[in-house]
Order: sequence, then C-alpha cells, then structure tokens
Amino acid sequence: MPATLLELICPAGSLPALKAAVDHGADGVYLGLKDNTNARNFSGLNFDARSLAEGIGYAHGKHRKVLLALNTYPQPATLSRWQQAVDTAAEAGVDAIILADPGLMAYASKTHPDLRLHLSVQGSATNYEAINFYHQHFGIQRAVLPRVLSLPQVENVRRHTPVELELFGFGGLCVMVEGRCLLSSYACGDSPNTFGACSPGHAVRWQQTPQGMETRLNGVLIDRYADHEKAGYPTLCKGRFEVQGETYYALEEPTSLNTLELLPEMHRLGIAAVKIEGRQRSPAYVAQVTQVWRAAIDAVKANAENFRPQTSWLAQLDKVSEGSMHTLGAYYRPWK
Amino acid sequence: MATNMTQAVQKTKMPEIVGKLLGQLPAWPATQAFVTAFNLTVWKKLRELDWDGIHGRKFCVVIKDLQLALHFSVTQKGLRAEKPVQPDVIFTASLMDFIRLALRLEDPDTLFFNRRLLIEGNTDVGLRVKNMLDGVEFETLLDSFPGPLGRVVMYARKKLQQT
Repeated sequence: MPATLLELICPAGSLPALKAAVDHGADGVYLGLKDNTNARNFSGLNFDARSLAEGIGYAHGKHRKVLLALNTYPQPATLSRWQQAVDTAAEAGVDAIILADPGLMAYASKTHPDLRLHLSVQGSATNYEAINFYHQHFGIQRAVLPRVLSLPQVENVRRHTPVELELFGFGGLCVMVEGRCLLSSYACGDSPNTFGACSPGHAVRWQQTPQGMETRLNGVLIDRYADHEKAGYPTLCKGRFEVQGETYYALEEPTSLNTLELLPEMHRLGIAAVKIEGRQRSPAYVAQVTQVWRAAIDAVKANAENFRPQTSWLAQLDKVSEGSMHTLGAYYRPWK
Repeated sequence: MATNMTQAVQKTKMPEIVGKLLGQLPAWPATQAFVTAFNLTVWKKLRELDWDGIHGRKFCVVIKDLQLALHFSVTQKGLRAEKPVQPDVIFTASLMDFIRLALRLEDPDTLFFNRRLLIEGNTDVGLRVKNMLDGVEFETLLDSFPGPLGRVVMYARKKLQQT
C-alpha cells in the first residue's frame, strides 16, 4: 500500500476556491500562476505571488497540500519564464509541482532537489515504462494518468511502478489525447499545450439567434443549441458538425466523468489520489463537489465492501456537470 | 457506460406578478439606482482589482424576467450609467439567478450549461470580470455593506442556501 491512499485533490482557480476546497474537505488543492505556464490560462483566473502565499498559508495552516501545475510546454524563447515559475513555486513552499515537459523536470530536479515532482496528465504517460523513466531520471513521485486506461490497465501500471498514481474522479472530459491535442489551434491559432487554454476567451462568441444559441470559435460555427438543450464548453471536440449531410457530435458529446461508483476498486488498487477537474469553475462549484467527494471517500475508507454512492451525491454532481450524461469514461470498458 | 442524469437543477423564480410590476420600471432610473448602490457599497472592496483593459468597456446586464436592461461602464471611480448603445458584453439571466451568483451560491458554468446564463459579445472581457469577481471573497464584499444591510444580505444568503 502507498503512504497515501485516495487523497482528494481539488481545483483552485482563485483564493476563495482554494479556501472552499480546504474548508469542505480536500486533502490538497492544485492551482496555477497567472500566465500560460499552466493549462487553465484564462483571463482573471489563477494566482499571483500574493494570493499564492496566502493560499499556501491557509492550506498549510489546516495541514492540507498545495500542488502547483506547470503543465504546459515552454518554447525556446520562453523557457526562462517556465524555469522562473519553478523557482517561484519552490520558494513559495508548495508541496509539489505538476510537470509535463521533461526539460523542465530536469531543471527542477537539479535546481530544487527537495521539491516533489508530479507527472501531469499533460505528459501523456500511459504505461509503466514511461512513468518509470520519469521516476528514474527526474525523481517523479506521482503520475496523473491520462483518461484512456481501463481499470485493469491501471492495475497493471500500479503493479509495475513505485510511483504513486493519481486518477481523475470527476469533471469535464476531453477527447483523451491530453498533452497532444492540437484541435483548438486549428480554429484559434493557439495550441492549448503552449498557450495554456483550449478555446481561449478571445476566440469564443456566443449569440442568441432565432434558430437557437450559437457558439462560434474564431467565427467558425461549432454548435447551435435549441432552447431546451443543455450547452457544453465551446470546444471543437464537443461541437456538432455536418458530416455527409447529417449534423451530429462527430467527435464526442459533451459529457462529464463521474467515477464515484469505482471508488472501492480504486481503494483496492492502492490509488494514491483522486483528482477533481475544474480550475476554471467558481468557488461555489468547488465547495459543492468537494463536499460530496469527501463524504464518499470517507465512506469507502470506512467500509469499502458495502460502499454505494448515495442518490443525493449523484444528484449534486449531476447538477454541476457539463452535458446531459455522465460516464465512467475509459475506466470501465471490456475492450483493450 | 452512461447513465441519464437526474434533473436536479435548482429553479428558484420570482413570482410572476413581482416580475411584471418591476418590469414597468424605466431602465435609466433602474440603472442609476443599481450603479449608485454598487458604488456606495462593494466598489470600495473592488477598486483595488486590476481593471486594466476593463475601463471604458460597456456592459449590459439583462434581467430577463423583469425585461430590464442595465447599461453601465467601469471607470476609475466605479460604475457609470451608460446609454443603451453597443455594449461590449451582455450578461442575461433571471433576477434570482443573478442574486444567487452575487451571493456565491451558484456556479456560473452550471447556469450556462443549463441555459440560465448567457454571455454575448466580448467573451474574454466577460470571463475576466467573472473570474476577477470570483477571486474576491464573499466576506470581503459583505464588509462593504453597513451593519444592518450586511445582516440582511447574510440572512438572504442563508435562506436561499436552504432552497
């Protein structure tokens, strides 16, 4: 068994969101700085030096962890800013940084040997050889697994690596090519892996028309919602497109991941942490979701065999979900 | 494996008659009243935020159940009422949803998914304002209200939290 088991890691896009997570039972929060060094680079979101210091003080005061995401890819001209961000995180006293770029891992492990490193989902490591490589060369201590593996495949990774594993538990789903997806850049000109945002605000336009609410990305119509339909995030992967005369979700339907019912299995596998998606969401969302997952994880730890997700938990999570469905994603599938 | 979602969306609404009565208010005095109240209270706690790029932008808040549109801009001295001409961003929701957002009881993305909040125009400016306001703690804003009014706000929040 790992030293930690089913830590609840919650998103914080702002100081009030961090406090909401801590106050409602998160074991740790993850956050980013106010620039494109992280993959939620949206206007007005994230932390500057002052709010980072206050957030760390608040979390540590209640014995919770703060993880800082530096999970985009620096370019040669901007490398120094990413390295400065590593220095900022180390000096601020975060508990770990979450990295995707091997060059940055090399810098962090050499410059700050005592700083704990986590492998971001953006690193796209889906097999134990890759994870062990990062462990051996850079001392990575935890890996966030991409949402492409079934639970038996997660178990296989777990058996062959000393690195702690963190799984996504809840939140928006994407087309599951994390760290490698360039789809947004075809319409926006910005790659999410370097710009730090998929469908950045400057490219998005919503407009209510007589035909319904239209979503456009740099002028490209990606969806039109009738009045009764739920809306999704304005990303190309979740748009409806005309393909051979038929208009439908050609890539994927807006759907949220919800793995509450898999918690006993994650517990049995020795999964170190469960991650809640949504740094772009408000403190109200963070409070609601953290509260449910805290209760669920406590219930599993108390009695995994008899664990059943409560109806009220599922209703609460469904209420804040994107799309009209929730799914177990790739974790539950018979094929490999 | 997918399961159908339950429809657990909170739908607190103004009584229709109240909406109709308030809807008779002319927009300009309503905007003036909103701007004045805002500047006398929460602006004190918001003026230190980084408003670069927001100054001079024109905003429109459409309260759809009151059929009321508030037009204003952000200046260095606070909000200023504007004529209803070409806003940069338009926020549309019901009065109760705006109140729940202001009291930090509702998540804007949840309202958007459920088609109860619409942001039209310059999305980046709209998201920035939303995120900046989310970054201010509710207790900080509450401090800006005079004592009795602050207690009314807290009471309203507590009541709405239970619904």
